[in-house]
Parts: sequence; structure tokens; C-alpha cells
Amino acid sequence: MNEAQQAGLQIDWAGLAPMIIVFVAAFGGLLVEAAVPKARRLVVQVALAVLTLAAAFAAVILNAGKNSAAFEIEGVGIGSVVLDGPGLFLQGTLAVLALIAVLLLAERRTTKGGDFVAEAAVVADSAADKAQRREDGATEIFPLTLFAVGGMMMFVTAGDLLTMFVALEMLSLPLYLLCGLAKRRRLISQEAALKYFLLGAFASAFYVYGMAMLFGFAGTVDLAGINRAGVESGQPRLFLYIGVAMIAVALLFKAAAVPFHMWTPDVYTGAPTPVTALMAACVKVAAFGGLLRVFNVGLSSSAWDWHLILTVIAVATMLGGAIFAVTQRNIKRLLAYSSIANAGYLLIGVIALGDAVGQTMFYLAAYGFTVIAAFAVVSLVRDGDEEATHLARWAGLGKNSPGTAVVFTILMLALAGLPFTSGFSAKFNLFAAALQADEVGLVIVGVVSSAILAFPYLRVVVLLWLNEPAPDAPTVNLPSPMAGTVVAAGVAATILLGIVPGFLLDLVDQASTFLNT
Amino acid sequence: MNELPLLSALVAVPLIGAVAVASIRRENAEAARWTALAASGLVAVIAALVAIGFDYSPDAPWLQFTESYAWVGAWDLNLSWGIDGIALLMVLLTAGLTPIAMLAAWRDLDSVKRSVPAFFALILALEAAMLATFLASNVLLFYFFFEAMLVPMYFLIGSYGTGPKKQYAAVKFFLYSLLGGLLMLVAVIALWVNNGGVFDWQTLVDAEPMAAGTLQDWLFIGFFIAFAIKAPFFPFHTWLPDAGGAAPAAAAALLVGVMDKIGTFAILRYCIPLFPDATQRFAPWVIAMSVIGVLYAAFVAIGQTDLKRLVAYTSIAHFGFIGLGIFAFTQEAAIGAVLYMFNHGLATGLLFMVVGFLTIRRGSAQIADYGGAAKTLPILAGVFLFAGLASLSLPGTAPFISEFLVLLGAFNGTFGGNEPVAVLATLGIILAAAYVIWMYQRTMQGTRNPVLDEMPAMKRDLTVREKALVAPLVVAILVFGFFPQPLIDAAQPAVDNTLLFISGSPEDLPAAEGVTNE
Repeated sequence: MNEAQQAGLQIDWAGLAPMIIVFVAAFGGLLVEAAVPKARRLVVQVALAVLTLAAAFAAVILNAGKNSAAFEIEGVGIGSVVLDGPGLFLQGTLAVLALIAVLLLAERRTTKGGDFVAEAAVVADSAADKAQRREDGATEIFPLTLFAVGGMMMFVTAGDLLTMFVALEMLSLPLYLLCGLAKRRRLISQEAALKYFLLGAFASAFYVYGMAMLFGFAGTVDLAGINRAGVESGQPRLFLYIGVAMIAVALLFKAAAVPFHMWTPDVYTGAPTPVTALMAACVKVAAFGGLLRVFNVGLSSSAWDWHLILTVIAVATMLGGAIFAVTQRNIKRLLAYSSIANAGYLLIGVIALGDAVGQTMFYLAAYGFTVIAAFAVVSLVRDGDEEATHLARWAGLGKNSPGTAVVFTILMLALAGLPFTSGFSAKFNLFAAALQADEVGLVIVGVVSSAILAFPYLRVVVLLWLNEPAPDAPTVNLPSPMAGTVVAAGVAATILLGIVPGFLLDLVDQASTFLNT
Repeated sequence: MNELPLLSALVAVPLIGAVAVASIRRENAEAARWTALAASGLVAVIAALVAIGFDYSPDAPWLQFTESYAWVGAWDLNLSWGIDGIALLMVLLTAGLTPIAMLAAWRDLDSVKRSVPAFFALILALEAAMLATFLASNVLLFYFFFEAMLVPMYFLIGSYGTGPKKQYAAVKFFLYSLLGGLLMLVAVIALWVNNGGVFDWQTLVDAEPMAAGTLQDWLFIGFFIAFAIKAPFFPFHTWLPDAGGAAPAAAAALLVGVMDKIGTFAILRYCIPLFPDATQRFAPWVIAMSVIGVLYAAFVAIGQTDLKRLVAYTSIAHFGFIGLGIFAFTQEAAIGAVLYMFNHGLATGLLFMVVGFLTIRRGSAQIADYGGAAKTLPILAGVFLFAGLASLSLPGTAPFISEFLVLLGAFNGTFGGNEPVAVLATLGIILAAAYVIWMYQRTMQGTRNPVLDEMPAMKRDLTVREKALVAPLVVAILVFGFFPQPLIDAAQPAVDNTLLFISGSPEDLPAAEGVTNE
């Protein structure tokens, strides 16, 4: 028997099961790459990933209602992994969203051989690069995705800064790589990967520095301990300020808040669209899950110290994202700026603290479904082999492909927050919680920003329906059941959460309390 | 009678009809037309049943035919329907005008390559949303449909509209309304947070009124701006001439005839009972806006060169009268305002349709393209003149009664100081005469524009279909011009109930404040 067990360490294996399942399957995926013949790899990998995420989701469900630490020494929880309402809800959300995103990654009918190349680092447009583009796409993307998703699940349940950092790297590194694997526009894809990596590494450095500062202030990296120290510690408060600022920079970078958003439009545009969908939905959930936990569990006692600066960032994010979205001519960039603006709305939920945790999580789930479906549609509208991302090319899509145009219109109206869509339910909920927390100013800015943001969405709708198609208008590739399922699931969730949000509202209401708050 | 869920049916029938029509194949235009007409006809029948079963006595409950079905418990959002006299008039107007508007646009799409089923499905969806706003007795439910109706109207203007600026007009309409709606959303949420999570209108009205003060003022502003944009009141009106000018005639008739009334209806239904103190505090400002609107819009209307824009501007002037009637806080004025909403729907709806008949024949809405058109189109010209005269409130037509009541009520206003307002607004009648008569003169009389003789369409007077659909409006305008009593009977109990919130608390009246303080 090892030392830990002698010391009375109890491990909640069932509680850790979702993450264990995902990580084991990710390693299994690597073995599949080595063991299974190339022709059958895609089927095996997709099946493995889908089953894994479904099993992880089931494991999360079995954990429902837990409110404890996964590791306990003689009955006293140590906070490295915390299984509480928000953590479990977000894990479940991540599993479902990732499951949908995996289907989009597996789509092969729209581009022959899939959207991915095997090696990211080959010099773009060199002979080797051209050769690998003719080959069938890489299937390593599936284990990479599973690693990232496992990291995200760990990120939202991490109870101390150190675990959180490990999770942060775990979710980031595979994503950097995935961004560079686009089969078309290799150079932009490589640029995106490099940019994301460099800025991400920068953010990680900030995180570690901030963690050191908070350790110096609190004498612990445990979030609950930091919170107690916010009241009790006799250390200079400057450590706390610097630490909070640095940690916030890193997390806000992942969340794509202004002024840490610079990477978002470039990376969203350069990355293969299925990966963009994964990032826009899942990374947002993970990042805000982390923000919610850090600020609610770790920093609520020092709320006075960071409230103003976070408010300023939220305002800048809401307005900046909306205003820049107005000028965009590329659909992926437009969705990127819209994602930034949505990060601003979500920040309202972070600032409002405990009153708004459930509502923020509802928003994350609602937005995730909508945005995955939106990117899935983007990946279907094609000029020959390439995606037609320039907005002008979408003119008159309603004439040639009314079904796709109807779907995209519904998604745009949902993003604009019109009633009977999940966008309305989410905004209503979040703004109501914020008003309850007396954040009137933020809500008004949020509403103004929504109104500005409605304009670019509406312009897309105008293009779809009211403009005449060009003679060489892009075609909509009929999706295979893969991407078709993604679009259908996203739109169904968007409408269901708009018309009957009750069940999810009840769920987030029950799951809205962090352990140790 | 009361046990039938008539109000649910009023919303459900056009909604189901819209889905059914939308699923008809594009080639099958005839089936789409008839299905849509049948659905809207059924709505009209149900509306008539509601009108027959409605209790007009003064001591009847405020809302009748009430129904409620649970929807989203966490938000206190229920499918709650109820109807009062004011809403009844609006429902009758909507249910009556929609089939007429459909008939007016019956063949308009034959010449353009646009989907006929989609057009009629959009009209039905619009009808459903408009009826739902009149029938909702839950603040959030009202908000849902208040916003949702933008979508069908946006497509009607942008996709089926006329003129080079139709896209601009559609987007402007949508964004203006959405901005107003979002400001209202903040107020809706704040109301909900403040009262402990209640959205049920009846509960809110029965509860202790909200304390006067800053919060109530802001909530009033949030609601009022949304409604003022919808109505539209000066200075929130700039979208209407564009939208009205670009919309196809049938949609324009519904836009100005019905949808704009939702703004004034909602002021009566929500602003006054929920925020009585703020309503009184801001009344002088609203009255000033209204009078400016009456005069300004009339002047601008005189200068218009486009028929549809001209009619849109006349509506802005008329909405000034309605605003004046509501915020004068007297029984005559408020009843006048409600009647005005109804009669204006008839008169302006008729005017838009006749203008539609005219412009589709000529292919232009520019006044300068006409001249002496009455020579070959005597009946159309006659109806055009009649609609114009009704619109300027000629005695004997229904709008006269309402305008007279508004001015009388404003003149007798309890707050004093309204006499100059009433006198100024009366000038609006003279200006109305000027723009109507001049419009008629430039298009129908005078030297005949030789181009008209070369157009065979300009020699074809009203068809049987066109006559059949203007006839009920003409008859209604005449009947209610001579016998307005049924309308007054319907409106009065609801108006009295509403005004109780203003006069029922005399200690809040500015004049009485000094007395209670002694």
C-alpha cells in the first residue's frame, strides 16, 4: 500500500469517471492510429469518440447531485477536483456539445477526404504539402479533440489553481494543433495556429505568474483558501491585486474578452470550420466555467477590488464585439466578433456572482448549440472545394437553397435574441439575474450592444433572402448524416430552448451552487 | 359560449394557417391563396363570435374570455389570454382587415417572381402575432409577440416591397423596432425583478400600485419609447414613411392600419395601469410631442411627391391625435382615442388599398406620374376621394366622431392649460384638408397626363374583386360615422377602468398635492 492510502486518501472514482473515460479513450485513439488499417480508421475513430463522449455524459448524469471533493483525506476534501452542481452541469454540457462537434469533424462529403491534413508543420504549398492534401484527411483529430475535451472537463471542476493550470494546458495544446490542420488555405491555417499558440503561451505565463502572486498572498493555491485569505490574510493586498489581474488576463484570453480578443477573428477564420465550431462552443463553456468558479469560489471576498475593472472589460467586450461585427465582410469573422460580444454578455453573469451562476450556464448551453449549428452551415456553403466565407457570395442563397437559408435565418434571429429562440431565453435570464444583482448599467450596455449586433445578423438575412444570387453562386453541399445531424441538433436545441426552456431552467437552478461558497 | 377557448383559437388558427400555407408548393399558388383566405375568414368568424359573446355592461370584469395555460413557470410566463373592449375593437379591426388585405393583394404577385405561398403565410403569421399582442394578459407574453411580429413584416417589406429602397426600409423598420423592444425588455425585466417575479397582468393591476419615484419613471420610459416607436409618435416616426412607402399595399394597410395601433393600445393597457404616476408626470411632454407630430407630419405630408409616403405621413399626424386623446386623461378624449384607433384603421386601410390599386395600374407611386386619372377611372377616383375625406375626418364619416371627441376631451382636460393644445391640434384638421384635397387634385383632376392614355391598365376601372373588398370598408366608415354608439359602448368600460388609475387616486394629482400636505 502506498503512502497516500495509508494517510486515508479516499478517491471518488465514480466522480472522476467522465474524465477518466475521455482520457483513456483519447489514448485508445492514438493506439487505433497505430493499429487499425488506414481505410477503416475513420469509422473506428468516430465511433470511439462518439461512444466515449456519450459514456462520459452518462457518467456525468450518474454523478448528478454530488456536492463534494473527488479526493478526500480522512473525510476532509482537498480541492483539486470538485464535483458540484456547476461543475457537473458544465461537464455534461461539454460532453454533449463536443459530441455534436465530433460529428462535424467527421463530415467528409463536403470535401473529398475531409477538411484536415495529417501534418500541420509542412511548409504550405510545398510539394509535400500538395501531396498530403491529396490524401484522405488525418484521423488524429479525434484523439486530439478528446484530449482537449478531457482538459475542458477538468478545467470546469478544478478546485485549485494548479489543477486548473494543468487542465488549461491540456485543453489548449491539442487546439493549437487542430487549428493548423486545415486542408484549404494552409497558410492562413498555419498563421492561426501559430498566433493562437504564441498568444496562448503568453496567457499561460500570465496565469502562472498570477498563481505565484496569489500563493504569496494566501499561502495556498486552493480557491476556497484564497477566498478566506481575501478576508483574513495579513499579506500586502498588492499581491492579491496583481494575482487576480494576471489570472483574469489568462482566463479572459481564453474567453475572448476585449482587449484580449485579438486572436479570435484570425483564429476563427484560419482554423478548419469544424474546429472553429468546437472552439466557439466548448472553449467558451470551459473558459466561462473557469471564470465563474475562480471568481465565485476564490475571489468573491475581494469582489470590491476587481468589480470595477471587470465591469470596464465587460462593457468594452460587449460594445467592441458588436461594433466590429458591423463592419465584417466574412461570415467567419462576423461570427468571431459575435462570439466576442457574447463573451461580454457572459461576463455580466460572472460579475453578478452567485445570483447569476445558473443563468450564465444556461446562456453557455444555449449559445453553444446555436453557434455549432451556425458554423456547420458555414462549412456546407461552398465555392467548388472551398468554403464561401465571403458574405457577398451568400447573396440570394434563399433562392437556390431555401432550406439552408431558413436554418441560417433561424440561427441569426436566435443570435439576435428574438423571442421564441434560445437566444431570447438566455438573454432574458441573464439580464434578469444581473438586474437582481443591481448591475443596471451593464444590462443597459448589453441591450444597446444587442441592438447594434442585430444589424450585422440582419444584413446576413438580407443577403440570404432579399438579394439576387450571382450566376456563379456557391452551392450548398448536401451534408452527409454527420453534418446534417449537427445542424438539426443545433437548430432543434435553439428552438426548444426558446419555446420550452423550463426543464433546463430548473436544472441550472438546482445546479447553480458551487461547493465552498 | 365562454367555455370555448375562443381567444386561443384566434391566435392558433392563423398560426396553423401560416404553417399550412407555407408548406404548399410554390407552383400551387391558387391553393395557397384560398387556404390563406379561408384561415383568415375563420379568424373573422371567431372574432365575430367573441364580439357577440362579449359582455358590454359597465360592471363586467375588465378582461373577459380569460384563459390561462402554464408555460414557463420559472418566469411566470403563461399563455394567458383576455380581452377588454379596447382589445375587442382592435381584434375586430385586425380580423376584418386581414382578409381584405389578402384579397387586395390577390393577383399582385403574378407579375413578379416571388413565392405566393410564402407571402400569404407571412400575412397570416403577422395576423397571429398582432392578435396575440391584443389578447395577451401577461406582460412577457405580450413582449414575445410584440417582437416576433417584426419578422414577418420585415420579410413582407424587404422581400415583397416595391421601390429601390425596400431593403433599406425593411432594415430600418426592423432595427428601430428592435431597439425600442430591447429598451422595453430592460424595463420588463426590471418590473419583474421589482415586483418579485410577477408577469401576470391581472395580478399586477390588482396589486398595490408601484411606488411613485425614479424607478417607475424609468420603467415608464422603457415601455413608452418602445410603444412610441411602434405607433409611431414624433420624433420616433422616421421609419414609417420608408416602411409604408416600400411595403406592398396590402402589408402597408396592415402595418399602418393595425400594427401601429399596438403602440397606442399598449400605452393604454400597460403604461397607464402599471405606471400611473409616471404617466401623469410625463403627460405634458407626450402631449407636446403629439401636437408637434400633428402639425409637423401634416406639413411634411403636403410636401410629399410619393403617394404611399404621403399616406404614411398623414398617419403620423393622426397618431398625434391619438396620443393627445390618451394623455388628456378625460373620458371623452380617451374614448375618442380608442375610436380613432379603430376608425383610422378603416380609413387608412382603405386609403392604402386604393393607392395600391392605383399604383399597380400605373406602375408608379409618384404623384407627378398621374393627373386627370379620374376620367378613365371614375369609380376608383370616387373611392379614393371618399377614403381621403374619411381620413381628413369629414363629418358623416367615422373618423370625424373620434377626432371631435379627442379635441373636445382635450379642451376640457382636467389639468388645465390644454385649451391652447386643443386649439393648435385643431389646425391639424385644416392641414389635413389641404394635403388630402391637393393629393386628389394632382392625381385625379386637372390636366390629363398623356402617358396615362397609352396604358391600358389605367383605363380599367375597379374590378368586381376590388369593389367587393372596398365595399365593406366604405360601408363601415359610413355606418360608424352615423352610429358610433356601439363602438363607444364597447370602449367605455375599459377606458373607465384605465382612467381610474389616473383619477382614482386623487391624492396623486398635482393639483391636489398641496391640499393633502396641509
